[in-house]
Amino acid sequence: MFVQLNIGVLAVQGDFAEHSHVLRSVGVTATEVRLPKHLDGLDGLIIPGGESTTLSRLMSLYDLRDPVAELAARGQAVWGTCAGMIMLANEITEEDPVPMGLMDVGVQRNAFGRQVDSFEQNLLIQGLGDREYHAIFIRAPVITRVGDAVDVLASLPDGRPVAVQQGKMMATSFHPELTADARIHRYFVSLAGGPPFDPEAPLIDTPRVR
Amino acid sequence: MLKGGAVMDVTNAEQARIAEDAGAVSVMALERVPADIRRDGGVARMSSPEKIREIIETVSIPVMAKVRIGHFVEAQMLQEMGVDFVDESEVLTPADEENHIDKHAFEVPFVCGCRNLGEALRRIGEGAALIRTKGEAGSGNIVEAVRHLRHIGNALRRLTILTDDELMSAAKELRAPYELVRIVAREGRLPVPNFAAGGVATPADAALCMQLGAESVFVGSGIFKSTDPAQRAKAIVKAVTHYRDPAMLVEVSMGLGEPMRGLDIASIPEAELLQTRGN
Repeated sequence: MFVQLNIGVLAVQGDFAEHSHVLRSVGVTATEVRLPKHLDGLDGLIIPGGESTTLSRLMSLYDLRDPVAELAARGQAVWGTCAGMIMLANEITEEDPVPMGLMDVGVQRNAFGRQVDSFEQNLLIQGLGDREYHAIFIRAPVITRVGDAVDVLASLPDGRPVAVQQGKMMATSFHPELTADARIHRYFVSLAGGPPFDPEAPLIDTPRVR
Repeated sequence: MLKGGAVMDVTNAEQARIAEDAGAVSVMALERVPADIRRDGGVARMSSPEKIREIIETVSIPVMAKVRIGHFVEAQMLQEMGVDFVDESEVLTPADEENHIDKHAFEVPFVCGCRNLGEALRRIGEGAALIRTKGEAGSGNIVEAVRHLRHIGNALRRLTILTDDELMSAAKELRAPYELVRIVAREGRLPVPNFAAGGVATPADAALCMQLGAESVFVGSGIFKSTDPAQRAKAIVKAVTHYRDPAMLVEVSMGLGEPMRGLDIASIPEAELLQTRGN
């Protein structure tokens, strides 16, 4: 099924290659974004995981904050994973980085500890149907406050939210681009104007990056 | 989440702050940068716990630290201290000249160096979660990292054109685990990320490594042995992001002061080469 959507993936640092790969595998064009001019003509934007301090610094340096905020204000779909979620938040519990304040959520960085505390957890995600999603958390942040207009899509067993949606903006603490299960990317593509997400569609393994 | 970034060697809290402010994705905590280890001679060992704690407490980004090849107790200690990545490094004096650490026995992930595909696969077989080139650390000379990146890329491409029944022989020649060779031949890439290290001194060096297929760069002596470390650190971070954009590379390379002086590899006696340690 071929869709002509063009989804940007912020590529200043982090695992943008993995996101690009999954996007291509679900049939959209993926465009790496390193400068404001790369945002032209996009149907949506993914802000990938990486180091949030690095991401923040480079976004400021290359004047990417305002154009990304404008893209969100125009009602285009934006999705932040891990460090990307930190950048979208309204406030974080640490001193840096300075988030963009696009989503009405509070976020805590490195909520589970250091690299050794990384973990995997099966989650039920609202809107994705009955089949659980295998989520990978790496030095992950967690959502500490959820605004009124924000829906919680998934939480950990202890109740802490790890996936949220506000209008056409989405944020996840974990890394969907690191698993072969492309359902969340398909859901995001539907937010960006692609075909409606079908929770009953068979799972197709995303082939590995070549 | 270290891809597309720069990991910088730091020897104290002030340097760690400079690196984090410049946009480093991680810092490598050390007592001395490789150029100084090379100059001083003697036995180079894991850093003191106080030094590592100091750096962990200073930055919010991941902290890596080095252990001697084969020194699994140094690794146990680093894991205990909460270090995010352990570098089993040829920059330090090997503790075991025949065996590397059994990295599968640890929770903390390891990064190991290699000069070619066989070495990379042996380290991955032992449990390395990340591979980097060895280059010639502390030399400020990119030629060895380039050699190692090219050897790996070339060997990966060659493996993909073999038929299945030729893979056992390929594994024998690579002196690498057969199952890993099968996976790599099929995928055309390593099962873990590959970063460049050893001799990166300029933004152009960093971009060269990225264009040769590295997914991030380690910068050791190249930053804090240069005349303006803060500026050079920022420039290298930018160069890794814009590695395919010559206009950006020119811009970031201006006003950086002098890079580290560096060494001609031919002038290093063979016994003093670091890259031959661990194999």
